[in-house]
Amino acid sequence: MEAATARKIRVVVAKPGLDGHDRGAKIIARALRDAGMEVIYTGLHQTPEQIAETVIQEDADAVGLSILSGAHMTLVPRVVELLRDQGVDDVLVTVGGTIPAEDIPELEKLGVAAVFTPGAGTDEIVDFIRSGAAERHAQGS
Amino acid sequence: MASQPKATPEEAVEQHSRERESEFSTMSGHPIAPLYGPETAADPEEKIGRPGEYPFTRGPYESMYRGRLWTMRQFAGFGTVEETNERFHYLLDHGQTGLSTAFDMPTLMGYDSDHVRSLGEVGREGVAVDSLDDMEDLFEGIPLAGVSTSMTINAPAAILLAFYVLVGEKQGVPAEKLGGTIQTDILKEYIAQKEWCFPVEPAMRLVTDMIEWCSQQMPRWHPVSISGYHIREAGSTAQQELAFTLKDGFTYVERALERGLDVDDFAPRLSFFFNAHIDFFEEIAKYRAARRIWAREMRDTYGAKREESMRLRFHAQTAGVSLTAQQPLNNVVRTSIEALAAVLGGTQSLHTNSFDEALALPTEEAVRVALRTQQIIAFESGAPNTPDPLGGSWFVEKLTDEMEAAAYDYFARIDELGGMVEAIRRNFPQREIADAAFTYQREVDERRRIVVGVNDFIQEGEAPTPILRIDPALERKQVDRLQATRARRDGVAVEAALTELKGVAAGDANLMPPIIEAARARATEGEMVAALQEVFGTYTESPVF
Repeated sequence: MEAATARKIRVVVAKPGLDGHDRGAKIIARALRDAGMEVIYTGLHQTPEQIAETVIQEDADAVGLSILSGAHMTLVPRVVELLRDQGVDDVLVTVGGTIPAEDIPELEKLGVAAVFTPGAGTDEIVDFIRSGAAERHAQGS
Repeated sequence: MASQPKATPEEAVEQHSRERESEFSTMSGHPIAPLYGPETAADPEEKIGRPGEYPFTRGPYESMYRGRLWTMRQFAGFGTVEETNERFHYLLDHGQTGLSTAFDMPTLMGYDSDHVRSLGEVGREGVAVDSLDDMEDLFEGIPLAGVSTSMTINAPAAILLAFYVLVGEKQGVPAEKLGGTIQTDILKEYIAQKEWCFPVEPAMRLVTDMIEWCSQQMPRWHPVSISGYHIREAGSTAQQELAFTLKDGFTYVERALERGLDVDDFAPRLSFFFNAHIDFFEEIAKYRAARRIWAREMRDTYGAKREESMRLRFHAQTAGVSLTAQQPLNNVVRTSIEALAAVLGGTQSLHTNSFDEALALPTEEAVRVALRTQQIIAFESGAPNTPDPLGGSWFVEKLTDEMEAAAYDYFARIDELGGMVEAIRRNFPQREIADAAFTYQREVDERRRIVVGVNDFIQEGEAPTPILRIDPALERKQVDRLQATRARRDGVAVEAALTELKGVAAGDANLMPPIIEAARARATEGEMVAALQEVFGTYTESPVF
């Protein structure tokens, strides 16, 4: 309990790819911050390499990838792979955006913990990240 | 029948206390009074006037849709130019009257399809256009003399315009005969849509170059479509959309005047693009206020003499963000309401979204329903039978006045910051929009605003909606097309054209002529943008949330 309160949950909110739709990412970033988390928002147009580097440098508990360009099946696997290549396998990876239902199982198979699609409430997302990160802290990482 | 006796003040209070909510407001949070009556009405002569006359509150033209219906213009683009050319023919065959091109993300950002940053994005959200070869195939079989074309592209707009001019040339249609619109509105990119190539100042120079060049060479073309659509989609209120868009417009006017152009030479070719959102009366008031403000400022502040310079004309698109992934057929209803608001607000052209667009790019069936929605409004509803049918409504006139006042409040705040370019540098409009988006989302999360199917009237176990899938093989096909162009062309001529382009960029001369020459030599979009970036640099945002 004390360990959990000593360190704020650290979340990277990232915009991979070229789409400029940052409304959702910014709303989530703010909701997570208001919920007491440390939020690092990468800004737009990030490459998978830039995102993986940010996650590692910031020692993040979770990363939220926001994609509305349809490029998720290219970009998400790349981020996951880069993290794994660098020995990072305990970061909670979530995806938000216009993701067709049939792509979700495949993303989950890659290790994505949750996919949030249009209409998802911010409270639901905050709760998911909080409990996921708490597990990570409990495991002592 | 005897008329009802008037309610006493006590009875009015009593009635108010029986209302469903303690406060009523528009979706932008603007308060709505219990009742509007003659005591709230505006001065009809000065502020309302007649359709087709200053201040154009009631519409830009005297007879409005009795004379000519709005242009039904569905935005389309995906895959390679071959798929999109097919969709264009499909839409024209189904009674669409104008074309509107959606480009993919790499094209919007100035990357060629084989650039490492384009991976996974080619043809996904629009059509990929890398060179003049692509543009020629995009408009294959479509005579440019007979169609008006809209192109939604901003940072590299000058390059796409050059491609279009050269397609016209090949078809034997000179630039002066080409009709259409290219978006070119770079300020709202920094504010909201976030697809940029260059820093603000050189980007503003490119816009001004296009305004200048088109005013001399393309009298039927709209070189800038000053856009609130994306500002609204990013989460702004209706008032912010109105204020930021008009202020962007005034900023372009000021730059063109500084260039030494006569306001009446270029202002008639400026046009606007607004969102048509779900709050019906607020939207109608927004369009009416926009016309009035533009007319007044063009005449009184910028010295316009011609009525065409004061007459605001706009395209509208229904609100993508109002569509829900849940129970998607409900989106047909939302889109109908929004489209009707745009028509009652006097739009000149309209795109109606397809019901499946919260899920993916639209299928052909969904696009057809969207187009039919416009046709039903045009031919069945009776809405186009008389100009500004809501003019004189106490409620609509009052909302129009309040919308106008809200815009002037924002103008004053932006002026205090030193104008729009400086306000953008200081993240002012970006922050206002982020705040509004967050406030709205909290209201939805807390069910203070109901979105049917999302936070109320939810239906479990919905059947999946069939969606359009973009074949990943199209990316490979486009890269092959691009590499074939590179192999075919005269590499020495391309290098020479790019060197010339950089030379002009380093000076003050208009950039359109060297861009056209580079396009003619089949330099790619990515090569031209990279050449300009060598001189201009790039842009990085410091985001606020």
